[in-house]
Amino acid sequence: MSGGRPWFRMLSLVLGFAFLYVPIISLVVFSFNESRLVTVWGGFSTKWYGALLRNQQIIDAALLSLKIAAIAATVAVALGTLTGMALARFGPFRGRTLLSGMATAPLVMPEVITGLSLLLLFVTLEQLIGWPSGRGMTTIIIAHITFAMAFVTVIVQSRLAQFDESLEEAAQDLGARPAKVFFLVTLPIIFPALLSGWLLAFTLSLDDLVIASFVSGPGSSTLPMVVFSKVRLGVSPDINALATILITVVAIGVAVAGIVMARQQKLRDRDAQMALAANQQMIESLKKG
Amino acid sequence: MKLPGLKRLGLSGRALVAAVPQFWLALFFLIPFVIVLKIAFSDAQIAMPPYQPLIEWVGEKALHIKLNFANFAFLVEDNLYWKAYLNSIFVAAVATLICLLIGYPMAYAIARTSPSTRNILLLLVILPFWTSFLLRVYAWIGLLKNNGLINNALIALGVIDQPIQMLQTDFAVYVGIVYSYLPFMILPLYANLEKLDLTLLEAAADLGSRPWEAFLKVTLPLSLPGIVAGCLLVFIPAVGEFVIPALLGDPGMLMIGKVLWTEFFNNRDWPVASAVAIALLLFLVIPIMFFQRAQDAESSAGGRR
Repeated sequence: MSGGRPWFRMLSLVLGFAFLYVPIISLVVFSFNESRLVTVWGGFSTKWYGALLRNQQIIDAALLSLKIAAIAATVAVALGTLTGMALARFGPFRGRTLLSGMATAPLVMPEVITGLSLLLLFVTLEQLIGWPSGRGMTTIIIAHITFAMAFVTVIVQSRLAQFDESLEEAAQDLGARPAKVFFLVTLPIIFPALLSGWLLAFTLSLDDLVIASFVSGPGSSTLPMVVFSKVRLGVSPDINALATILITVVAIGVAVAGIVMARQQKLRDRDAQMALAANQQMIESLKKG
Repeated sequence: MKLPGLKRLGLSGRALVAAVPQFWLALFFLIPFVIVLKIAFSDAQIAMPPYQPLIEWVGEKALHIKLNFANFAFLVEDNLYWKAYLNSIFVAAVATLICLLIGYPMAYAIARTSPSTRNILLLLVILPFWTSFLLRVYAWIGLLKNNGLINNALIALGVIDQPIQMLQTDFAVYVGIVYSYLPFMILPLYANLEKLDLTLLEAAADLGSRPWEAFLKVTLPLSLPGIVAGCLLVFIPAVGEFVIPALLGDPGMLMIGKVLWTEFFNNRDWPVASAVAIALLLFLVIPIMFFQRAQDAESSAGGRR
């Protein structure tokens, strides 16, 4: 008895996944369309990929977005790890409620509000202390760090909540200082969480249109901003080509990450089994002796 | 590593670890809201930045604080804003409900498959989330257009002779929101349903419950935390959504995120845009606090496991 009717569960999965994937598949298929009319098939062609790669505006915007995403994701992981550690390990401390509130609110905060408020902060700061002078890459990076670190915090915090604190306590009992415990015990264990946090922060930054539109200045248009101004005027096949490249990169990345994680899981399982076997042997020998 | 100087200042390593993100978030998350609040009470002027300072030193020592409620009065008097707020909340609520109706059976079905299938299916739920949000919304333009894929298919099948207008309607906005936010509904529901103790359902069956009775009386109430978390994750951002109504909706459709964007970028009225943001935040403060409660309960429950 597993609850529910099998055919109904099957049906909901098939329809649900069709809903999620048909639009993505249609994007990919029509990127290879000869015709400019995105929805009428005019034969196979890769010319839109060529058109995309010759579009200097899109290339520049893509490079800027990649740079911003790499820096923002790295800083967001550092800050998010600190926040996650403080929230999961430090028990009650002064300002904990405020920190946890500030750390999770950006998860659901409408982007228009985050964008507007950060822009007003930057304008005010510039008036008061002359920094940041003008808006552009720096202000976009700061904005992206601030909302991406919330996601990293949640990932790190839940990973820390899952694993046994006694490992850290053991290291501490053996004389390791807190910093050493963190780098030798905690960090290796939560490393996969940091990696997925970094990837998530990178994707979020690469994908953000609304916040970047508020805090960017002249001459610093990110990829989503260029794409948005293009698709507002209607469909264009080179955007389909861009989407296909992105989807391919993500699919490869996810497949590689999946394989690596499965292999690590196998290694961990084997280690655990060996430890169990060793334990068993020790008990046996103790019984005999 | 010893830091005696810092110790004397009362700053332990722990306090430093917490202080760095506290400082960052205070500067780049908390203070900005104070500034938005400030500018919402300020007058517009044609300058850069386009608002008058709120706090001025008048004469020798008198601190002069001008609070201008005109921007809020403007929001209350002008029907447009009320309609936009109510319409946003309505659209977000309906989209959340549709997400729940699609997401719940999917999450339930995934939680009941074998562990290896489960991981693949979960990956398939998350995968669209990793590809660009903007491009996924764009995909729907190609599907919903008058000469788009769906209309062409329906005409080819002989179901209709004339294309149905789907793009630039409320329908398209619902489709866009449900499509974009569905993973946010499925994941918390799955995390909850996966933990469901199946022996409870067996017990219900042994005591004579029909499957749907067991579902209504056991599964549904137990999955309530997952439902709440999923609904809030969809509802709150959907209220302020800008991209989906801008790309798929009718140009005249009133959504508050779009109104804020227009006030800011097209009308360059920063004080009114700030007042819109503050009012939107007031609408969302209760659901956001609910969400944080649930989030906190969830992470401390994880600690106990």
